[in-house]
Amino acid sequence: MPVSFKVNGKSATVDVAPEMPLLWVLRDVLDLKGTKYGCGVAQCGACTVHVKGVATKSCVLPVSAVRGAEITTIEGLSPDGTHPLQRAWEELDVPQCGYCQAGQLMSAAALLAKTPKPTDADIDAAMNGNLCRCATYLRIRQGIHRAATLPAVGAGSPGDTPREAS
Amino acid sequence: MKTTRRVSRREFLRVTAIAGGGILLGSSLRRFGGALAAQSTPELNAFIRIMPNGIVTIIAQNPEIGQGVKTMLPMIIADELDVDWKDVRIEQAPLDTTRFSSQTAGGSTATPNHWLPMRRVGAAGRAVLVSAAAATWGVPDAECETASGVVYHRSSGRSARYGTLLAKAATLPAPALDKVPLKDPKDFKIIGKPMRGVDNHAIVTGTPLYGIDVSMPGMLYAVFEKCPVFGGSVESANLEVIKAHAGVRHAFVVEGGPALNGLLGGVAIVADSWWTAGKAREKLVVRWKEGPAAEHGSAGFARLAAELAQQPPHRSLRKDGDLETALGSAAKVVGAEYFYPFLAHAPLEPQNCTAHFKDGKLEIWAPTQSPQRGRTLVSSTLGIAEADITIHLTRTGGGFGRRLNNDYMIEAAAIAKQVGVPVKLLWTRGDDTRHDFYRPAGFHHLKGGVDAAGKLVAWRNHFVTFGEGERFAQGASIGPTEFPQRFIPNYVLDASVMPPVVPTGFLRAPTSNGVAFVIQSFIDELAHAAGKDPVQFRLDLLAGGQAGEGMDAARMRGVLELVAEKSGWANRQRSKGSGMGVAFHYSHRGHFAEVVRASVSRQGVVKVEQVWVAGDIGSEVINPSNAENQVQGSVLDGIAEALAQEITIEKGRAVQSNFHDFPLLRLTQAPPVEVHFVKTSFPPTGLGEPALPPVVPALCNAIFEATGKRIRSLPIKKHDLTW
Repeated sequence: MPVSFKVNGKSATVDVAPEMPLLWVLRDVLDLKGTKYGCGVAQCGACTVHVKGVATKSCVLPVSAVRGAEITTIEGLSPDGTHPLQRAWEELDVPQCGYCQAGQLMSAAALLAKTPKPTDADIDAAMNGNLCRCATYLRIRQGIHRAATLPAVGAGSPGDTPREAS
Repeated sequence: MKTTRRVSRREFLRVTAIAGGGILLGSSLRRFGGALAAQSTPELNAFIRIMPNGIVTIIAQNPEIGQGVKTMLPMIIADELDVDWKDVRIEQAPLDTTRFSSQTAGGSTATPNHWLPMRRVGAAGRAVLVSAAAATWGVPDAECETASGVVYHRSSGRSARYGTLLAKAATLPAPALDKVPLKDPKDFKIIGKPMRGVDNHAIVTGTPLYGIDVSMPGMLYAVFEKCPVFGGSVESANLEVIKAHAGVRHAFVVEGGPALNGLLGGVAIVADSWWTAGKAREKLVVRWKEGPAAEHGSAGFARLAAELAQQPPHRSLRKDGDLETALGSAAKVVGAEYFYPFLAHAPLEPQNCTAHFKDGKLEIWAPTQSPQRGRTLVSSTLGIAEADITIHLTRTGGGFGRRLNNDYMIEAAAIAKQVGVPVKLLWTRGDDTRHDFYRPAGFHHLKGGVDAAGKLVAWRNHFVTFGEGERFAQGASIGPTEFPQRFIPNYVLDASVMPPVVPTGFLRAPTSNGVAFVIQSFIDELAHAAGKDPVQFRLDLLAGGQAGEGMDAARMRGVLELVAEKSGWANRQRSKGSGMGVAFHYSHRGHFAEVVRASVSRQGVVKVEQVWVAGDIGSEVINPSNAENQVQGSVLDGIAEALAQEITIEKGRAVQSNFHDFPLLRLTQAPPVEVHFVKTSFPPTGLGEPALPPVVPALCNAIFEATGKRIRSLPIKKHDLTW
């Protein structure tokens, strides 16, 4: 039976098995590849998205459980990649392999939405479910503190960073 | 397309005019002699595209696995080319052995191998653009200078942007690469400055980059079930049940061979979604031919290693001086047995590969550290000519040495060859944990002697690991000059091997990640036996060596002294339950010394409080931002390994399956890691690995200072540290 919900502000209806995890609906049905698979058992947090604003591990969440819900993925964290966390992550050069960072950013964004000036203890509580195999944790913590000082709408991403040629 | 080739007998630069008014600068740094040239293999290449708008595109040839090479190598070229970093774009190359030499990510080799050649390519590009401007103006090259992609002739006040000089440059003789003048390092504008990763924006916005993100029209999704016992194969499977599962398009047995790093047999399930394939797999029932590995396990290996240690070694790797006499006359003799377990790599992106076989040609998209070896494996296994195999390099969600083996690539290729449409094979985390090429376990049986003055005079190690005859299993070797060889007059290194039934491989800082723990922990034991301060004992040891290949004692003393100073070693507070430990190790051309401060609660819970690192990687830290990130990550990686990681083998299979029983470090466990570099006059070297090994023994030595309990086997969590 089709399931309808909203992803990044747009309506989506999918006709898949109701127990199919939201992660695979996002990645393989809706072609939103930013949300990552790491463990499949809610251990690593690479699949973290927001469901009704709450950081949620999508790899163990049946799509039937999000009927009618508002879902935000990394692709919808900001319209143009300038969420304070995204700017802070670029500024502080947080990623190494980068695979976990979408999940890190989504957990951190949910934290900042509730707690705009988090303490280290707040960060510990909010971020301990997100693994980083490259162990960029020191910069992740620094990045959250930095983002907390940035205005919500910035001047865009850092200008002196070369990008992958298209 | 018009190509002007400027050929020297040794090294040359090519300048090629390309569509749109740009030029391509290519270098083929090879011995180049007449007719032989056509058959010769390029030793190293670089490709740089400059367009009339001044945008410089540098082709990144090596796989990016999180080590930062895609940013670092272009920085070197751009600095010598003398362009602004903001005008540089980076493009990932596919595997192309006709253009590139070694497209491999491994061994922290990118920096030492490319430092000088990349500088020369950039400098030669700059020189030819200077010549173009000078020829246009009718002035000598030597009167021109450059800055930010512009050539200046100061005395006449003329200037020209690189983008306006391209047509002229394409007609000029390019300089010989070994003659081109290089920048004085004090004039570097990009090298040595913190530069952000070139893919950062794509990463933080969730842009598809990784192998797992590859998507193609009509693509199907595959899972592959292998025998849980290493090297086992399929006898039969309930394929009809699997084929009847809704959404499954194919289910078949893949015949494999006996080689653990080749194509192993298994059952492929191909469906219209990966999740569907996985659901069908839950119904899969396979009768396996388990094979001889099923008789082996970790407990048996430990028993066998203990037996082998009592017997004469299989072979002697090194024998200096007269060990027995030295031990006999030593004031104190210490004996100890050390053990480190198998480890998985656990990159966060599980193994995956997308492949499409059509009209006899195979196209592959793979997160791999060694695409060339992968292509050879696919070609030889499936009988497809290498020329008919294309490999696209995706960004890789962590390498750590795991993707030097291309088992997942050959599996995807074999499945794709059978189904004829694009197929993405993705392993589950369980597959990834149970079918790794593990860091081999090692058993070290040590004896050391110090004389009455507290000087280390004798050292014997009987190392027991995996291998066959003279050959160590992949990742299990030890070098005959491993420290403290050449620093002790009486040194013996022996080795014995056990059957290599477990697939093993290279884990970040291979060999060193285990051996450093053993050597630097045992040196700590000997320091205490000698009644010496652990830092001073090491400094004394380093002061007494002979010259030799590899580690430079003066450089190691330099980092050891610095880390002792930065950590406040001499004035450290000592109280029960709190301690500091020190260790150093040379690997991958890097000299690193590290101090750990750790606490151990009365309940025996270890907390790493802080880590200090001093490293010497030569004259330049090319990208200080990534350098710090790599060192901090390596240190935290080592702490994770030491604290809690272990793969145990039972009945020929891995017991652990996911992050609940193979834990990675979490944010709350990450202590501050203070990183310092000592700059020396040596050429710069790599940073993907050498900061990892010392932290493991430094942590164990800190635990000893805190509790008086010596950690002689890993992981630490298996020890009772209550007090």
